[in-house]
Amino acid sequence: MTRRPGFLVYGLLAAFVVGSAAPFYWSFLLGSHTAQVAAQGVPPLLPGGHFLDNASRVMDTVPFWKALGNSVLVSSVCATSTVVFGTLAGYAFAKLRFRGRSALLAGVVATMAVPTQLGIVPLFIVMSKLGWTGTTWSIIVPTLVTAFGVFFMRQYLVDAVPDELIEAARMDGCSQIRVVWHVVAPAARPAAAILWLFTFMATWTDFFWPFIALPADNPTVQVALNQLQSGFFKDYSLVLTGATLATVPLLILFVLTGRQLVAGIMQGAVKG
Amino acid sequence: MSQRTLDPAGARDGEAIASPPRAGRPPGPAPAAPRPWRERRAAWDARLAPYLYVSPFFLVFAVVGAFPLVYTAYVSVHDWSLLGGKGDFVGFQNYRDVWANPYFSKHVVNTLSIFVLSSVPQVVVAVVLAGLLDNQLRGRTWWRMSILLPFVVSPVAVAIIFGSVFGDRYGLLNELLGTVGIGPIAWHTDRLASHVAIATMVNWRWTGFNALIFLAAMQAVPRDLYESAALDGASRVRQFLAITLPMIRPTMIFVVITSTIGGLQIFAEPRLFDETTARNGGSDRQFGTITMLVYDFGWQLRDLGRASATAWMLFVLIMLIALVNLVLMKRIGSLAGER
Repeated sequence: MTRRPGFLVYGLLAAFVVGSAAPFYWSFLLGSHTAQVAAQGVPPLLPGGHFLDNASRVMDTVPFWKALGNSVLVSSVCATSTVVFGTLAGYAFAKLRFRGRSALLAGVVATMAVPTQLGIVPLFIVMSKLGWTGTTWSIIVPTLVTAFGVFFMRQYLVDAVPDELIEAARMDGCSQIRVVWHVVAPAARPAAAILWLFTFMATWTDFFWPFIALPADNPTVQVALNQLQSGFFKDYSLVLTGATLATVPLLILFVLTGRQLVAGIMQGAVKG
Repeated sequence: MSQRTLDPAGARDGEAIASPPRAGRPPGPAPAAPRPWRERRAAWDARLAPYLYVSPFFLVFAVVGAFPLVYTAYVSVHDWSLLGGKGDFVGFQNYRDVWANPYFSKHVVNTLSIFVLSSVPQVVVAVVLAGLLDNQLRGRTWWRMSILLPFVVSPVAVAIIFGSVFGDRYGLLNELLGTVGIGPIAWHTDRLASHVAIATMVNWRWTGFNALIFLAAMQAVPRDLYESAALDGASRVRQFLAITLPMIRPTMIFVVITSTIGGLQIFAEPRLFDETTARNGGSDRQFGTITMLVYDFGWQLRDLGRASATAWMLFVLIMLIALVNLVLMKRIGSLAGER
């Protein structure tokens, strides 16, 4: 509708944005002061000069670089494989006719409702049997492909690839896998990018399972943050420096791809 | 999309169109020997490919989804130690033990309380926020990105940041409240206050995300509905209540159900908020959640049998609440529709 928003609308939105951004500043602010200043409540509202000191204390306390490397590895592998397998399965569900298709698709949808926490005990038992606990494998394998990924790609591909194009390619003797490579993959690219981003972020921020599976010397960023926080004496400047450092990579990703994320959320909402 | 798609197959596409479709194949004078083999291969390809494509998902799902569901039930009816492995079959003893545990009901109530405090205000604020964004704003994309900003902060980091904002002694919030004469609130020790603090973390991270989902639903509402309502003299608030809200009801159901599944599993926020050494949800378990109890049973008391029993009870609870939400939302919707 053609509404001209007034100051009230902008004012309320601006207040909300301030509320969204303030905790970022608070985190950086405490991280930029010494432990003594941070321990005494609200510090001066301008950043101090101790962020780098605190950052190097973080590196001394937990294996931060190792954690960062692990998180980058786990998140990008999971995101990439979810996109590949999600696209394959999504294409099969969207465009191919095969026995049991609708039952299997219903299975995928039902899976989305099964909470991860429910399977945590068997997951641990299986991973122990395989000897994978403590390794990043135990984090990667369970999220190689998700029900959400399959469903998301299916919803997109139903409309994005015209049936005629697939038929034409088949008629010309294209094998199924070449159809996927030459017809489906290019059409899937916008949705694939969005799925990659969301899977990357979800894996990066995941805590419960990595926390159980990974030891102190081989953590992800979230597990390392948890270690920082569990010291007996609580050093806010240290912990919040860690929280800031852990957030920076995703913040950079957000600045680069925020538009796609917004579009992805809004698209998923209409289709899902 | 178009060029890259057509490029490799382009030449052959041309052929297919030039010769009448299908005609080329059966009566064609092609060499007789290789054709049946190729056709058979193509037929197998067409038949098997779908299964091949969906199999990775179902393989992973079998290992981390379906199998655990059944296996959790299996573990839950046995004595099962974290280190010693499987023991005797004990029937429903683990369930009875968990049920009788004084912490169990406390953790259930905490989980529900935190869930209500996080979901209800969140949906309300997200809908209002979406209503604000559903205007002809200057810098539309910028506003949308800004409200999504909290989504990049992990629950662990959110808990750390808000843990210091909600500090009992020198926290930012208590200092602010102090300036207007409100005494310090014991955010970490008072039961309800701790729930509010934890719910605030969830709300901060997810409200913008949900607002964007609602915004998408609002933009799908046909604009002429508003025009005719405006002609009838309906105010904007009235239009919002009478048109927008009923039209986005399916989306609200979707958001409420997904936040039920996620919200009832809450773990990182209360655990990181805890400053006691045991970190089981406060000195008196005033903000311990069900998932924390699963962890407590399984990895601190090293009793996977009880951990599994607790996990199954959590699953049943989630399904129940999701069902109640679904019925409730439909009921509310039909009442609004009758008016």
